[in-house]
Amino acid sequence: MPKEIWELRLYIAGQTPKSVLALKNITKYCREHLEGKYTIEIVDLLVNPRLAEGDQIFAIPTLVRKFPVPLRKIIGDLSNEEKVLVGLNIRPAAVKKTS
Amino acid sequence: MRREKPEVFPKCKTGVDGLDEITGGGFPKGRPTLICGSAGCGKTLMGIQFLVKGITDFGEPGVFMSFEESARDLAQNVRSLGFDLDKLISQKKLRIDHIRIEKTEIEETGDYDLEALFIRLNHAIDSIGAKRVVLDTIESLFGGLDNATILRSEIRRLFQWLKDKGVTTIITGERGESSLTRQGLEEYVSDCVILLDFRVIDQIATRRLRIVKYRGSTHGTNEYPFLIDETGISVLPITSLKLEHKTSTELLSYGHAGLDKLFEKEGFYRGTSVLITGTAGTSKTTLASYFALSSCQRKESTLFFSFEESPDQLVRNMKSVGIDLKSYLKSGLLFIHSSRPSLQGLEMHLLVLNKLIRELKPRTVIIDPISSLVTVGNTSEVRAMLVRLMDMLKVNQINALFTSLTHDGFSDFNDVTVDAVSSLADTWIRVSNDEKKDIRSRNLNIVKSRGMGHSNQVHEFTIEGKGIKIKKSD
Repeated sequence: MPKEIWELRLYIAGQTPKSVLALKNITKYCREHLEGKYTIEIVDLLVNPRLAEGDQIFAIPTLVRKFPVPLRKIIGDLSNEEKVLVGLNIRPAAVKKTS
Repeated sequence: MRREKPEVFPKCKTGVDGLDEITGGGFPKGRPTLICGSAGCGKTLMGIQFLVKGITDFGEPGVFMSFEESARDLAQNVRSLGFDLDKLISQKKLRIDHIRIEKTEIEETGDYDLEALFIRLNHAIDSIGAKRVVLDTIESLFGGLDNATILRSEIRRLFQWLKDKGVTTIITGERGESSLTRQGLEEYVSDCVILLDFRVIDQIATRRLRIVKYRGSTHGTNEYPFLIDETGISVLPITSLKLEHKTSTELLSYGHAGLDKLFEKEGFYRGTSVLITGTAGTSKTTLASYFALSSCQRKESTLFFSFEESPDQLVRNMKSVGIDLKSYLKSGLLFIHSSRPSLQGLEMHLLVLNKLIRELKPRTVIIDPISSLVTVGNTSEVRAMLVRLMDMLKVNQINALFTSLTHDGFSDFNDVTVDAVSSLADTWIRVSNDEKKDIRSRNLNIVKSRGMGHSNQVHEFTIEGKGIKIKKSD
């Protein structure tokens, strides 16, 4: 069975407290639930403003799940773990495992 | 003695015909203007026209940030108005950024801001050196995101940011139930607020525009009708009713020697407005055609609004009494515009009139009959419209002739149209049919003629194959 890699992309605009917090949160959740099968790419729009259009980004910070499809976006500092896991479709899978 | 002129509020030309006059020069330069109205009232179009004209007429590049339609849809929608957005985009004069918000694929958790929106806008503005920006419709954000508190403070920050950036911005907003916009954007945009309205009265649709507020500037407070046609939006300002138009002493002919002779100076002054009243079949149109003919013979552009006959019909009928308009129609010196009065609202008629006058720059305008317009409006509206029309003609020194249909009996003095027009007309000619000894006789008399003596008699006349013949009075 091929290993499924979760491709995540976090859009930030400079090192603002919200962005730093979002990165800290998502890294923590991924370590707990997706250890070894995820990548997080960080895109700083201050450095690369052109990239905002492609993924239709308007809020900061925004986490985009590029893979698995369908594309999902989570806006905010990701402080609510439950919401993030459900939003990324990690939670149902996790529940299945324990049951 | 000259008074010191106060510092003038800098304005940015709107690119919408007539709107600059109402706003005293345009939108506030470098500040946001809110344009609100219900769906389909022309907000988006006004925004696009502001940008397109800004590029083509004033050399100011623009950014259109769309929260609703995609760039392709927008380009398609306005192509019929002659706006080629794709070309402007390829010339790097215009940028359209479509912000698509799919609520189904978005989750919100925790604190965020709209910095990415700022970055996108900033990037778009800087990449083409934009001076004008349109945000259409930023309220869509509220439909896609839940945290209204963040959105409100971010939108407030955005407007301030736009001001600091020094771009002239139009923000569109959907009309709310109890406020101008659903989310109360008018609280944030304090400089200029314009309300568009689309109403149906007596089955006739009219678009209207009103300036709700314009800080630091005088502006018209009325509701102004506006038109969306094949060239975009145009607004009809009520022209200044100051009586300070130039007057001419140049004498012109009515096109009929016999008629000219009834006046002391044998003609009328240039820029005069003439009213011809009479019941049905009293040869008002014939007299009007003489007027048109004489203008054409002077090689002056002539505009004939016919609310009863088609151009062909008019030409044919006038030929039967010896007035040949055909050659002038062909050469373009004469333009006949025929339309049914009930086809559109009163204001629209006036706008079409205005537009044609602006395009063709006629020296003579004939409206036959002006009373037809009464059927499509109420009395006060008709009066206001006629005042506006006449004023516009006067200011431009255009010779004008209006015919007005009156009804049997001695009623033309309390007739609505006559009442409205007669005080504004410089010359008033009354024609009538009288029956005596089993013969119908045609009569003509001059009720008034400003600044010129005139015959006081009732003149009998006949219409023959060669035209009108005024009988010598005994």
